[in-house]
Amino acid sequence: MGIDVSRFREAFFDESEEGLATLEAGLLALENGQADEDTLHAVFRAAHSIKGGAATFGFPDIAEVTHHLESLLDQARSGQRRLGSPEINALLSAADCVRQQIDAARAGESVDTATLKPVLSALEGLHEAAPAVAAAGASDRVASASTTASAGVGWRIHFVPEPHLLKTGNDPIGILRELHHLGECQVRCDVAALPGLQELNPEALLLGWDIELTGEIAEAQVREIFEWVEDDCTLQVDPLAPTAEATPQAAAERPEQVASSAAPPKVASASASEQASIRVPVDKVDALINLVGELVITQAAIAQDSSGLDPVANERLLNGLSELERNTRHLQEAVMSVRMMPVGMVFSRFPRMVRDLASKLGKQVRLQMSGEATELDKSLIERLSDPLTHLVRNAVDHGIESPEKRAAAGKPPEGTLSLAARHESGQVLIEISDDGGGLDRERILEKARFNGIIQEDPATDEEIWQLIFEPGFSTAENVTDVSGRGVGMDVVRRNIAALSGRMDISSTPGAGTRLTIRLPLTLAIVDGMQIAVGDQVLVLPLGEVIESMQPRPCDIEGVAGHPRLLRMRGDFVPIVSMRARLGTPGEAPPLTESIAILVEAEGRRIALVVDQLIGQQQAVVKSLSTNFRRIEGIAGATILGDGRVALILDVGDIVRGLRQPQAA
Amino acid sequence: MHAQAIAERAIEESHDKSGASREFLTFALGDEEYGVDILKVKEIRGYDIVTRIPDAPAFIKGVINLRGTIVPVIDLRLKFKLAKAEYDEFTVMIVLNLSDRVVGAVVDRVSDVIALQPDQIFDPPEFGQTVDIAFITGLGSVEERMLILLDIEGLMSSREMQLVQRLAQ
Repeated sequence: MGIDVSRFREAFFDESEEGLATLEAGLLALENGQADEDTLHAVFRAAHSIKGGAATFGFPDIAEVTHHLESLLDQARSGQRRLGSPEINALLSAADCVRQQIDAARAGESVDTATLKPVLSALEGLHEAAPAVAAAGASDRVASASTTASAGVGWRIHFVPEPHLLKTGNDPIGILRELHHLGECQVRCDVAALPGLQELNPEALLLGWDIELTGEIAEAQVREIFEWVEDDCTLQVDPLAPTAEATPQAAAERPEQVASSAAPPKVASASASEQASIRVPVDKVDALINLVGELVITQAAIAQDSSGLDPVANERLLNGLSELERNTRHLQEAVMSVRMMPVGMVFSRFPRMVRDLASKLGKQVRLQMSGEATELDKSLIERLSDPLTHLVRNAVDHGIESPEKRAAAGKPPEGTLSLAARHESGQVLIEISDDGGGLDRERILEKARFNGIIQEDPATDEEIWQLIFEPGFSTAENVTDVSGRGVGMDVVRRNIAALSGRMDISSTPGAGTRLTIRLPLTLAIVDGMQIAVGDQVLVLPLGEVIESMQPRPCDIEGVAGHPRLLRMRGDFVPIVSMRARLGTPGEAPPLTESIAILVEAEGRRIALVVDQLIGQQQAVVKSLSTNFRRIEGIAGATILGDGRVALILDVGDIVRGLRQPQAA
Repeated sequence: MHAQAIAERAIEESHDKSGASREFLTFALGDEEYGVDILKVKEIRGYDIVTRIPDAPAFIKGVINLRGTIVPVIDLRLKFKLAKAEYDEFTVMIVLNLSDRVVGAVVDRVSDVIALQPDQIFDPPEFGQTVDIAFITGLGSVEERMLILLDIEGLMSSREMQLVQRLAQ
């Protein structure tokens, strides 16, 4: 054709992945019996468009697998087959296959045919086997359909496309030509719907056709020609010169056609919502966010410079500036919201995973999800998927017991795993809870003692649960390939901490475990407290600040003559002098004239000693490592209203830094 | 090893382009005159307030805001252990555009841009410089002046500059 299709491949891959997600979700819904006809149609359409795309872009192997998928689905769609669990399993593994193939195709490779074979033969076997639940009536219908097909001398086709058909890239002329190839055609065009020339919209297709096709042609052959447009038109295919036997069959088929002609409005609304969103590369959005960040900084600088102006003489200017401030803030919020994505993006993979895991482990698990629409920054969503996957696996593997154990404990054999997300006071909360056995206090203690993680038994349950986050800790009785290698929870906690998040556990023996993850909405902006150390300004993320105070002499506890501990809220916490850490020149003011800020990270509290508190402000986080490298204790940098750079402290890093010399 | 390789490559490049002259921005550090490939220079600006970085060597002055990006600033005078490193209104900073990063370098004074013919560039001497020999691509001679031509890319990305992430902790 001379068109370079490779440019569109990326779009095909993306769309196929979306299609696969739809397919998978639909199949799972079908399996649970939560699905209706529409789901089945959606699943079919997804398979169908992947197949079409794969053929167009030159991936015959993908097209082949999807073709088999589609044929089986087609049987289900036409009511010849009920999708039972063997079918769903085969379809799901075929979907996996297609995903592998797409990944491989992206990388410019192809999947070994040996891996495809079992999947294909399973599908084919099912397809060829007599439809499992084909009731007598259905098989009759197949039989009668086949008789009419062979006995028919032709077809009367009533084809009225939706007005938007041309926009989908389909051309009715081509369809008519193809029909012509099948046999002799008598075509009558219906122009009744056409308006006058003045109101004519050349992009709308307002024509209809009645075609009389003569020849020994199977109905399927006719329908195949309309395959690409069947969702976008009213199509009626009746045998020509109906015989006495065929009439009831045609009549019987009508209700189905009514159903399919009722479908288009829905499809139309779906395509309308498609047009309401556009695909934009992430770096374009990021560039936009950066520019808006600059704008916010500039605006803050202007606001600072203009604060000394006489409000009476400069009333108009100051009004304009306050309007600018408001608009800038709204613009920033709007731009940030572009990056926000529903947490359902991560959740969507879990139904499949839980299902597979549960069947592998011989457990019965029901997954409940809520709050999938809760929005979170894209970068957080991406980095959340690994830790969450780990936690869900853990819950299925260790949390929920086997049906026998559950029955013995007087619980329903089916365990419930719930994933919930919601917004709470400017944070996103994600809860993973199960109704399994709960954490085993004694086993955790035993294991921790055995691994030398603890010398003394912690007092509270909270502290005991925290032990499972220690490196090298795992209580699983068997090491399975699912989980239980002792790497894991510590990595999960580190990953969550790297997202400025926090994790809490609560557990009741016999009743289950609940893990709560708290995350900031975005990593691009941080609510910070500005603090002064010498001539420098630093930003301390507000989430980690507990309180600040001016130390009294009686609160300071010296070790070897140096003030080392400070009494705050009844606890003695280690003192970290920011002057010493930053290497600030000049004499440090006495501790009693400085400000101590109590901060908490990773379950530990320390007192940061600074010269002064300046105030709270949102800071746009800039990376130091773009042109430089990561610095211990520093999370990033931001630009102040006066154009200077302020470093953003990483309290977690500072706390870890304190701990290291003791551990070594 | 790595730095050596870069230096060798740079020398080879300078030999390869025989016949074509290359342009260097010259600057002074104390009494010595240095030259860097003009194509690496993004801009020249006055020395501004820098934000100090904790746990950094003295020659890393800190970071500045260069139109929204955070750029580290190196004082080459401190790096090359010159006796004096004063900051006044004449102190300038050369903003370098290296392959993967932007870095500011503080020098005593920027002189001019000089085009050197290949026959004006000599191999570096074996010793005698305050700079590691690995980062000198050659010596340029212009009338009575001698220029030390720096492999600024190799120097800035070398481990001793501590600008790049240390690989092994």
